[in-house]
Amino acid sequence: MSPVQVIADTDRCIGAGQCVLTAGHLFDQDEDGIVQLLTGAVDTEGDVALARQAEHLCPAAALKIQPVAGYVAGNDATQGQRGA
Amino acid sequence: MSRPSAVGLAAGTEPLPDFPQLRQCPYQPPPGYRDLREAEGPVVRARLYDGRPTWVVLGHAVARELLIDPRLSSDWSRPDFPSPSPRRKAIQKATILVGMDPPEHSAYRRKLISAFSVRRTRELSESIHRRAGELVDTMLEQGPPAEILSGLALPLSSHTICGILGVPYEDHGYFEEQSALLVSPQVTEDDATGALMNLRTYLTGLVERKEKESEPGDGLLDTLVHRDLAEGSLSRDDVIRLGIILLMAGHETTASMITLSTFTLLQNPRQLAAFRADPAGAGLAVEELLRYLSIGDVAMRIAAEDITVGDVAIRAGDSVMLSTAEINRDAEVFDDADDLDLARGARNHFAFGYGVHQCIGQNLARAEMESALTLLFSRIPGLRLAVPAEQVEIKPAQSGVQGIYELPVAW
Ligand code: HEM
Ligand code: SF4
Repeated sequence: MSPVQVIADTDRCIGAGQCVLTAGHLFDQDEDGIVQLLTGAVDTEGDVALARQAEHLCPAAALKIQPVAGYVAGNDATQGQRGA
Repeated sequence: MSRPSAVGLAAGTEPLPDFPQLRQCPYQPPPGYRDLREAEGPVVRARLYDGRPTWVVLGHAVARELLIDPRLSSDWSRPDFPSPSPRRKAIQKATILVGMDPPEHSAYRRKLISAFSVRRTRELSESIHRRAGELVDTMLEQGPPAEILSGLALPLSSHTICGILGVPYEDHGYFEEQSALLVSPQVTEDDATGALMNLRTYLTGLVERKEKESEPGDGLLDTLVHRDLAEGSLSRDDVIRLGIILLMAGHETTASMITLSTFTLLQNPRQLAAFRADPAGAGLAVEELLRYLSIGDVAMRIAAEDITVGDVAIRAGDSVMLSTAEINRDAEVFDDADDLDLARGARNHFAFGYGVHQCIGQNLARAEMESALTLLFSRIPGLRLAVPAEQVEIKPAQSGVQGIYELPVAW
């Protein structure tokens, strides 16, 4: 499993906490209730799956999963995988 | 550019089906929605109570796309904003937060979310659990029979909102009594309006009292008063309106979910046995009940610009209604979607909506449902309906929150 990087757009975040509920060890909410990443790269199969699930569930499209820099797979921002 | 073959909302003069429609069974979406989806696809045309044609979204993939599309607006202050019922039309005058679009919406939402974070909810859940236990014990002392909505669901939901807002403990009784009047089946429209005015007056007084406090409490109103009102980023009226909108959005919804979940479990003995046997699975069970029952059935929107989805051309100004109940039964996303399967573990339902308005109180609602249902069914092992299931009255199609009016039980 190639490692991925989670990118959180804190301006978009609406603090619904779906990511924290999905993976409390990858995501947290700061004092203001806004998403906070607890880790940079995610590399185990289980965590990559959880990160992708959080990306899918986030109601504000505030999370993006990208290949870790150096892995670059084009600028298609891998969207729309269905059926979390 | 939309394709020439695209269907428009005003196309044709054929009669359109009504929206919303009545549930035939309290825990199933109206059967007419399924018929429409099978005949016409995930986006269909229908007619609202006032004769206005509307798009109705019935499929999960399209709903997901539309609910995060900024071209679809929640701006209730628009004079042409559609409404599924006269009652909702009246409520839509209270536009703050839920009836706003970004960036205005985001500015208000950001002031609230810290009070609803996963961590803050965990702190409140202890008090929710304790209160649910007291209410179940009182039912046991005084019954049988008992009634779930008034005996457990409404007081628990009111207790939670008091906790969030920071209503002092000695006022909980008054707050609970008045907010029950907003929802109770025996109450007239006038009494409900009176109760809302009383609550507004109460909250106004409470905000004024909090302004004078030198040591703010830890409720949301305390934060709003001592941070935002003090620095001038919210007016006193904003603070009161935010308090009211939390009450309006969180009270009947949660109470209805607890009552209807109890009924649904009693009607599904095999699932109920599984629920009782596995307390650790209660979180999953609650999630499935949310999907299955989808009582906040209909998200209302208006197209601010033209949007083409599939072969449907939504035009600026068109009404778009999304039936979360039917969307949450989409067979392309949920296997055996019409089966209640408490172990399913699917969280990609839209019972709390999707997009920037997704329910801010969702984690509290989960905590309330989990405490109420586990304590009810564990402390009262012989719980059963006290009336035949057919006599349990279903709320009318046009009530914004689906469910049942009351649930008499015995043991
Ligand atoms: C099981 C119970 C509940 C259900 C089914 C429910 C459902 C929903 C739904 C579907 C929406 C989205 C509306 C839209 O997209 O237009 C929503 C929004 C909202 N809910 Fe809930 N809700 C519940 C409990 C609560 C609670 C307990 C609270 C607060 C104490 C609450 C407060 C709100 C607020 C303030 C909004 C508007 C958020 C915004 O516009 O940003 N809800 N809810
Ligand atoms: S799920 Fe999305 S909106 Fe919710 S807290 Fe996480 S990043 Fe923010």
